Amino acid sequence: MKKRKFGLALSLVLAAGTILGACGKGEEKEGGTADGGDKESKFSVAMVTDVGGVDDKSFNQSAWEGIQEFGKNNGMEKGKGGFDYLQSKSDADYSTNLNKLSREDFNLVFGVGFLMEEDINKIAGQQKDTQFGIIDGVVDQPNVVSIMFKEQEASFLAGVAAAKATKTNKIGFIGGMEIPVIERFESGFLAGVQAVNPDIKVNVKYTGAFDKAELGKTTAAQMYSSGVDVIFHAAGGTGNGLFTEAKDLKKKDPSREIWAIGVDSDQSTEGVVEVDGKKHNVILTSAMKGVKTAVVDVSEKSKAGNFPGGETLTYGLAEDGVSLAPLNEEVGNKSDIEKAVNEWTEKIKNGDITVPGTKEELKSFKAE
Amino acid sequence: MSNRFKNLIVPVLAVVLGMLVGTIIMLVTGYDAGAAFVALIEGAFGDIYYIGETIRQVTPYILAGLAVGFAFKTGLFNIGVEGQLIVGWLASVWVGVAFDLPKIIHLPLAVLAGAAAGALWAFIPGFLKARFRVHEVIVTIMLNYVALHLSNYLIRTVLSDKSDRTPNIHDTASLRSPFLEGLTDYSRLHWGIVIALICVFIMWFILQKTTLGYELKAVGFNQHASEYAGMNVRKNIILSMVISGAFAGLAGAMEGLGTFGYSPVRGGFTGVGFDGIAVALLGGSAPIGIVLAALLFGSLKVGALNMPLEAGVPNELVDIIIALIVFFVGASYMIRIFIERLSKKKGVK
Repeated sequence: MKKRKFGLALSLVLAAGTILGACGKGEEKEGGTADGGDKESKFSVAMVTDVGGVDDKSFNQSAWEGIQEFGKNNGMEKGKGGFDYLQSKSDADYSTNLNKLSREDFNLVFGVGFLMEEDINKIAGQQKDTQFGIIDGVVDQPNVVSIMFKEQEASFLAGVAAAKATKTNKIGFIGGMEIPVIERFESGFLAGVQAVNPDIKVNVKYTGAFDKAELGKTTAAQMYSSGVDVIFHAAGGTGNGLFTEAKDLKKKDPSREIWAIGVDSDQSTEGVVEVDGKKHNVILTSAMKGVKTAVVDVSEKSKAGNFPGGETLTYGLAEDGVSLAPLNEEVGNKSDIEKAVNEWTEKIKNGDITVPGTKEELKSFKAE
Repeated sequence: MSNRFKNLIVPVLAVVLGMLVGTIIMLVTGYDAGAAFVALIEGAFGDIYYIGETIRQVTPYILAGLAVGFAFKTGLFNIGVEGQLIVGWLASVWVGVAFDLPKIIHLPLAVLAGAAAGALWAFIPGFLKARFRVHEVIVTIMLNYVALHLSNYLIRTVLSDKSDRTPNIHDTASLRSPFLEGLTDYSRLHWGIVIALICVFIMWFILQKTTLGYELKAVGFNQHASEYAGMNVRKNIILSMVISGAFAGLAGAMEGLGTFGYSPVRGGFTGVGFDGIAVALLGGSAPIGIVLAALLFGSLKVGALNMPLEAGVPNELVDIIIALIVFFVGASYMIRIFIERLSKKKGVK
């Protein structure tokens, strides 16, 4: 008797599953056949994040803000047929996510991050009707635009600011993974420090991850306790640990002068700490990378029908693609730093110096 | 009610309860649960492409589940599947990159290298357990980190010139097939699923049809009794870990030779090995149960990617549902008691 009841329940569950599965299939087919017509009339854009997620307060977030801005300006709605994003939880998800967006007939799909290079290359060959954009990578396909930045130029300025701000002559650099993008950040930063004062020691550490804030915190703790007083991070979400550590230290001892430098977007809001009713900010400045600008730029072009497929767009200081965020008001010699930063900005823009983008180039780099 | 039937109903109930609580959470947080489940199913089976991706995801889950399940049968808790998977992945890719052989030799060699590396990695905790009574849970957890960082180091220094990944494997070592990709509209489905199903059979065969399997299970039930009966407990512990590790290594080889075709420098664990524990638990460590559980987890994982786009539900919620299922499977004792109470009451009536 009981057996039969359970059997009945079981078969009910199975039946429900089959029915649900069937209805899912039906809808999918309808969507598949009805897509051709409205493709021209409506422009839609989406992006795939890397494992940092859309709220990494850095590079993915910046791209998403760009897409949101573009969507708003063009009266689009979030969702299918408008603008949207998909998050990747592991590197196995890149391909599925890119494919999914392309299958849902988004006209333009951005892959945010160097790690998606391979997947975009493959999928762009299969989904020839979709336009792709890859940020920080180069893919040579007629329907892919590659977006690169001269990160070294922004981080050079960050290096100048750090070298001017340090009192202990010890500076730290926290990198995510040892990939070309981060190497550009590192080389530019080291060159900037060196340009101001070659005697400053820079402690360079790689955490090996972009999404491990706790690792960023311990690395920062080690650096600060060894006398480093300015730390620059190019580590995405891992860098949030740096800010936490700097804020914690500031909370314990508000008179201690320690600084953190943000990356990708102006991260100054992350550094606010309140001690005894007095507000402090531990973020000296940020090396900004105009992912947002670039995303909006490419989306506009694509919408207007001038998609720069097959090209590599490089955004540097001169193109306003990278820049240094406004300096912290609290820093003692602000005008001094500002002067130096402006001087170097001019030199880079005029082409008087070329900022090294690799460690190899850094070796032969001499600042005049 | 027969025992066998109870073994079946408990995981099913766990899944149902997990989904139920997941639904409640979705409703409470203001999401459309119905749309979410439709999106989930559509994202896993709605299109031939998604079916291909689901099967691809299921492949390593089956093998990871077998690895954990096999060790379970001998009373060992192999948490090191993740680490064994990583070394297996690396070893198979290494063979795939380093040699230039005809496919008929190269592919099996690469697959076997993955299995051997996983087996070797699991031999360490097996040996330490058998020889020095060191608890395998601790050793395997530690070895996970060793595997992660060692493989990153090797990829950076030996297998590439400071790059973030190995070169691509030669086509002769690849499990990918244009035929399967064409069949599933360019999904990354590869031949690994066949290997995984063969392994399911192998596990069933070893456990049910061989003396070795009998001994392994006996050791799992009661070490002292088995020793008294003249079985070599130490040998069986090591063997069980080695076979379990070989399955785990194969799971890595599937990812390395099939899905990816290379091995990246990893910032963290893949998670497949840990999900394998859940798969084995849900599948009751039985070969067929593991296949079904892997199918469930694989479709949840792949289908979840569809939920944000179609239903606006964050895919973290799917992680919560998976966690809930694991919780209810873990609490299967509770469900068992509940069922027993229920049937007793009715029996009295």
